Amino acid sequence: MQRRRLIGNLLNYLFMTVFALLFISPILFMIVGSFKPDAQVLSDMGTLNAFFPDEVTVQNYRDVFERAPFGRYLFNSAVVNGFIVGLGLLVNSLAGYALARLRWRGRRLVLNFVLAVMVIPFEAIAVPLFYQVTVLGWRNDYWVQIFPFIAYPLSIYLFYSFFLGMPKELEEAARIDGAGPLRTFFVIIVPNAKPAFASVAIVTLLLFWGLYLWPLLVTAGESVRPLPLGIATFYTLPPLQWGDILAFGVMMVAPILIVFLLFQRWFVRGVASTGLKG
Amino acid sequence: MASIAFSNVEKYFDDQRVIRDFTLRIGDGEFVVLVGPSGCGKSTLLRMLAGLERITEGEIRIDDTVVNEQTPQERNVAMVFQNYALYPHMTVRQNLAFPLKMRKLDKSEIDRRIQDAADLLGLEPLLDRKPKQLSGGQRQRIAMGRSIVRDPSVFLMDEPLSNLDAKLRVQIRTEIAELQKRMQTTTVYVTHDQVEAMTLGQRVVVLKDGELQQVATPQALYDAPANVFVAGFIGSPAMNIVRSRLEKGEGGTFRVRMGGTSLPVSEERAAVFPGLEQKEGEPVLVGLRPESFFVAEEAASREAQIGVVVDTVEMLGHETIVYGRFAEEGEEEAQTVTARLGPNLRIDLDEEIRLGVDTEKIYLFDAEDETSLMDVQQVAEEIGARERNREETPAGE
Repeated sequence: MQRRRLIGNLLNYLFMTVFALLFISPILFMIVGSFKPDAQVLSDMGTLNAFFPDEVTVQNYRDVFERAPFGRYLFNSAVVNGFIVGLGLLVNSLAGYALARLRWRGRRLVLNFVLAVMVIPFEAIAVPLFYQVTVLGWRNDYWVQIFPFIAYPLSIYLFYSFFLGMPKELEEAARIDGAGPLRTFFVIIVPNAKPAFASVAIVTLLLFWGLYLWPLLVTAGESVRPLPLGIATFYTLPPLQWGDILAFGVMMVAPILIVFLLFQRWFVRGVASTGLKG
Repeated sequence: MASIAFSNVEKYFDDQRVIRDFTLRIGDGEFVVLVGPSGCGKSTLLRMLAGLERITEGEIRIDDTVVNEQTPQERNVAMVFQNYALYPHMTVRQNLAFPLKMRKLDKSEIDRRIQDAADLLGLEPLLDRKPKQLSGGQRQRIAMGRSIVRDPSVFLMDEPLSNLDAKLRVQIRTEIAELQKRMQTTTVYVTHDQVEAMTLGQRVVVLKDGELQQVATPQALYDAPANVFVAGFIGSPAMNIVRSRLEKGEGGTFRVRMGGTSLPVSEERAAVFPGLEQKEGEPVLVGLRPESFFVAEEAASREAQIGVVVDTVEMLGHETIVYGRFAEEGEEEAQTVTARLGPNLRIDLDEEIRLGVDTEKIYLFDAEDETSLMDVQQVAEEIGARERNREETPAGE
């Protein structure tokens, strides 16, 4: 009996290890490749050597800084995403709260609308949106990259489902203690919704950090363009150096990885309480 | 302190009426308990009084002010919730300070009030802890503290003891009673537990399906229930109700049949049921509390004895509860009967035992509308007068 369980456990772990390696291998390939001489990246491809560097070099990283204004791209991405996340948390949490807790005419209709809008892919509305911002005269700046993504239906829905599960008595106690709706929200609700805020922040960052199509449409030149457009220049910039692209990729992913690790504790709790899993 | 008046209050949720024509006056400094089964509307009434729920029709006054349109803060009420509703991210001190900060009191006044509440409730060692570091009883005490610091005109308590274990419930119940006595603040307390209602309330309001059934002192509710519902709800185990017929025996004594036996209603007892003459020969509901039965001695009057076949026995140490059915079924439908008897009884299941009945404690209800045939008002007033006399006469005199 015990032996059987042992074999079962072993098989289980073996299965999970294979899958973990499968998922982790592209990331491993990127990190290892970024430290290899450029010529070796392609030649090792297709063999196990792709995951083991023969000689380690930081030349690719130097190249990235020499061949493109990486710092500028990083700064642009940080500004755009910082505002998308920050303003998004404010706007979407208020919207989620209003939908979950306040009673107003048309609430159900708006909620259904938010849910419906979630399934529309961005590519479907990119052109009309482009037309709209052109009419407004918003081109080639930070604002045009930020504004369309502040109010985001998935974030509203995540906040909505979190607030729905919060005990109503907290707000009622605050009302009886004399707090108005806004003070109740900022002083009582927000401090107790940290997991939801962390989850939404991470999800939004993951979604928008790699955004490519929209900045490509509305920006020109490197002064306001974000990282994904920066890495794209390496594909068109001769000579095509895979080592540089991998090094750029590592530096592009690193910030969100750091943010994720910092907020991971809250994120896991948030996933459990916002119904994000699955 | 403040008086409260509900006048013809109605509440609808969508099309469903949850409170109908509710009228009640609560005196200054009085402790009133709203009691009833789940869904009877007691919490809704409390929430309407707090200003958390709008009223559909009618009027609520606190002192002489109509508060229908006032916010909870303007009403100056404080509420203790079932799940305490302490702010989890704040320390106990910050929890207590929050309502005072909302009132823009200065810091020294806030500190003074927190200290007073802490002294009163023994919260001093807990002031710098967060709610999650406290036990259920401590949290409930903090919740009361948060109400007290505000010095409100009305205390509202919504099943504050429901989340506590049995022992703690008794302890906090006593604390609430003492606190209210000391502070003399008008208090409205909601519970589904009749023991809490009877032990805490100066007056108890019994509700069913959004309708007021009876308002009386605990003793008056027990001795003079207005209808079958109140009779069954107040007292544990519940009163036995048997469908029967009112007859007149030899010598003009009224009698009711129960378990094949004709029980006499003594003249003194009959006097509390005015209009009994008109009910002669008509069906009535007979009520007998489980504690009105006793194990019959051979010498006891045979005419007030009933044979009961035992189905279940609960030995509680200080008493024995017997559930059974009448050995002889008379005209009335087959009925179960519950009797609360003394300790140390040897009773076997399916055994037939003879139980004596205290016929001085028979209740009679109208068979159709189930209201008491007793002059409830009169009896309640007499009980009230007796209670007042007892309070005014110092012990030992």
